[in-house]
Amino acid sequence: MSKIIPSAAKLFAANTVSKSVSPAVSTNKKYSTKSEATFQIKPFKLHKLESGPATSATLTAEDALKLYERLAILRRIETASGNLYKEKIIRGFCHLYSGQEAVAVGMRAAMRDVDSVITAYRCHGWTYLMGVSVLGVLSELTGRRTGCSRGKGGSMHLYSKNFYGGNGIVGAQVPLGAGVAFAHKYRGDGGVCFALYGDGAANQGQLFEAYNMAALWDLPCVFVCENNGYGMGTSVDRASASTDYYSRGDYVPGIWVDGMDVLATREATKFAIDYCTKGKGPLVMEMETYRYSGHSMSDPGTSYRTRDEVQEVRQTRDPITSFKDKILTNNLATQEQLKEIDAKVRTEVDEATKQAKSEPEIGVEELSADIYYNCVEENIRGILPNAPMKHLEVVARK
Amino acid sequence: MALKSPVVFGVLSRLSRRSFSSSKALFSKPVTVRDALNQAIEEEMERDERVFVMGEEVAQYDGAYKVTRGLWKKYGDKRVIDTPITEMGFAGIAVGAAFAGLRPICEFMTFNFSMQAIDHIINSAAKTFYMSAGAVPVPIVFRGPNGAASGVAAQHSQCFGAWFAHCPGLKVVMPYSSEDAKGLLKAAIRDPDPVVCLENEMLYGVPFPMSDEAQSNEFVLPFGKAKVEREGKHITVVCAGRATDTALIAANELAGKGIECEVINLRSLRPLDFDTIARSVAKTHHIVTVEQGWPSCGIGAEICARLMESSTFFELDAPVWRVTGADVPMPYATTLEALALPRPPDVLAAVTGVLGARIDQASAQ
Repeated sequence: MSKIIPSAAKLFAANTVSKSVSPAVSTNKKYSTKSEATFQIKPFKLHKLESGPATSATLTAEDALKLYERLAILRRIETASGNLYKEKIIRGFCHLYSGQEAVAVGMRAAMRDVDSVITAYRCHGWTYLMGVSVLGVLSELTGRRTGCSRGKGGSMHLYSKNFYGGNGIVGAQVPLGAGVAFAHKYRGDGGVCFALYGDGAANQGQLFEAYNMAALWDLPCVFVCENNGYGMGTSVDRASASTDYYSRGDYVPGIWVDGMDVLATREATKFAIDYCTKGKGPLVMEMETYRYSGHSMSDPGTSYRTRDEVQEVRQTRDPITSFKDKILTNNLATQEQLKEIDAKVRTEVDEATKQAKSEPEIGVEELSADIYYNCVEENIRGILPNAPMKHLEVVARK
Repeated sequence: MALKSPVVFGVLSRLSRRSFSSSKALFSKPVTVRDALNQAIEEEMERDERVFVMGEEVAQYDGAYKVTRGLWKKYGDKRVIDTPITEMGFAGIAVGAAFAGLRPICEFMTFNFSMQAIDHIINSAAKTFYMSAGAVPVPIVFRGPNGAASGVAAQHSQCFGAWFAHCPGLKVVMPYSSEDAKGLLKAAIRDPDPVVCLENEMLYGVPFPMSDEAQSNEFVLPFGKAKVEREGKHITVVCAGRATDTALIAANELAGKGIECEVINLRSLRPLDFDTIARSVAKTHHIVTVEQGWPSCGIGAEICARLMESSTFFELDAPVWRVTGADVPMPYATTLEALALPRPPDVLAAVTGVLGARIDQASAQ
């Protein structure tokens, strides 16, 4: 890992300006004493842009708690997923997002209802942020009927309104996202599509095809490269001739963002939405972040990096710890409030985990359900020719 | 009412430029497959604002094979979109637009190039509705010329019928005539699922008579229903697309020899209308399949397998023969090329072989 970023929180915690709120609130120790504070953001790097996102961000106490809760719940979902995998209840693949939470949470905080998202297989957190319950996420991972894809998709194929997956093919989601952006433009609904990919997928040929067409047609598409340092087990330096992913769109302007700082990702996303909705075409955003786990559960994540490296990031750059320090130091929240949130999150995820283990799978008749929106085959063939199945329509047809 | 429709009016005015005076003459006039496809797209674009065409040279150039002629002038840059020569990227963009509720028609200049994009056809388009348990429908059409043209050698002469028909989640059609082309393509554009429409370059310029019904802008053909092109009692000949032409020529010749072939044009490869095949075999007790694709795991192989697995097996009086493209990459040299694709004499040989129960003898040669 060539680029270790010092914790933005530690660097800038001292440079903040806080405002006091009414004394009525501050008399109660349980609640925060400030209504908002302003934070400096680690400078963005710009590619073919004259100006970038705001480098200071104002955070209200209310938003601070919301962001903290979302960060915490994403971490907790992944911890639960890791455990479920080790218990052999989650099968096959399982790619954890722990360490990268500030990217999704900050982006989501800036997004509007009309905007859409598509990502790769590190998608559990995004699915939750796009409106699926913790149970909907976890029971998809366990393959049960309460899963958001009824257990038919598994850990890489989760969807919800304006959230187009969850894609298991490295890089494929990027042109798909450009297509969703194409639809936003075609309809003129003002929406922007965020197409997320990792530093590994950043070298896929189809990305450059998508950049090209998005730029040619001024598609409202933000290509978001989550650079966590490793594409599977290969470090960025060993896979990319240029690791400046924010500049890899060449003629597509780009921004480098501290992906460990939820305020940086939020401000960058606000800027991106503003940029794309002005009809200026696509944008690349590189979010520099880190993943604590291996690429997937089968990768212990230790052969290509040292345990010390992971420990150092956890101690100095963790997106949750650093945000927590920041909001506590600036009196936007109290320990008690955060503890309350932690407890609430723990309860919610624990209960969902329990249910995700105990729910049944869907009925076997759904093996042949929803293959087609409108199935014209009389029967679906099973394993043997003498046991044909009926095509079922489980989801309501319009 | 029909005259009020801008589409029909457009068709009429275009035809009238070709100096037809009466409507009767107009409707009995043959229409080429190219024009039938063009009508289908134009009518569906008129009918549904969400329909758009994307592909290489589809707009300003009027289509590499002129299938999209005139559409860009009528519908403009928004709905008829020239892409760079980057199949994987634009196929992905088209599928993404379908995820988000539009109805793309993704043209491959030829299906040979669809291999660059096959991940988006199979993994992105065909599987998403199932993987999402019905949350994300993918109403898209992939279309373009498929199979061997003439003198274009190995990389540009391949049939993808078996490739796409292999995959659940896709619907695959292979039109032969102008009516097939119009009815199947219109049905494909209206369909809520991903449809692959495998056309044939050699048929684009061929005129076929089109009925009044087929001239209507509400003419659609059902998927999974084969068409009996010619009735016969001695042997069933199953084919699709351009192989139908080969089969029909052979059937004509055989008729002169007293052998009546029942020629079944499949129209859809997936779903495959096995009922029509089974009914025919129950009558003829003999069957030959004809296709331009390679033999291994091909459409003929699939039909054989279904015959074997069903009670229709007991109707057979002789083994089935497949007439297929030769199991070689397409050569360029004229004489070799001619030997790589099924021709009417090959069908003739197969039919007489199967009917004569001279299979052993023929195989031994």
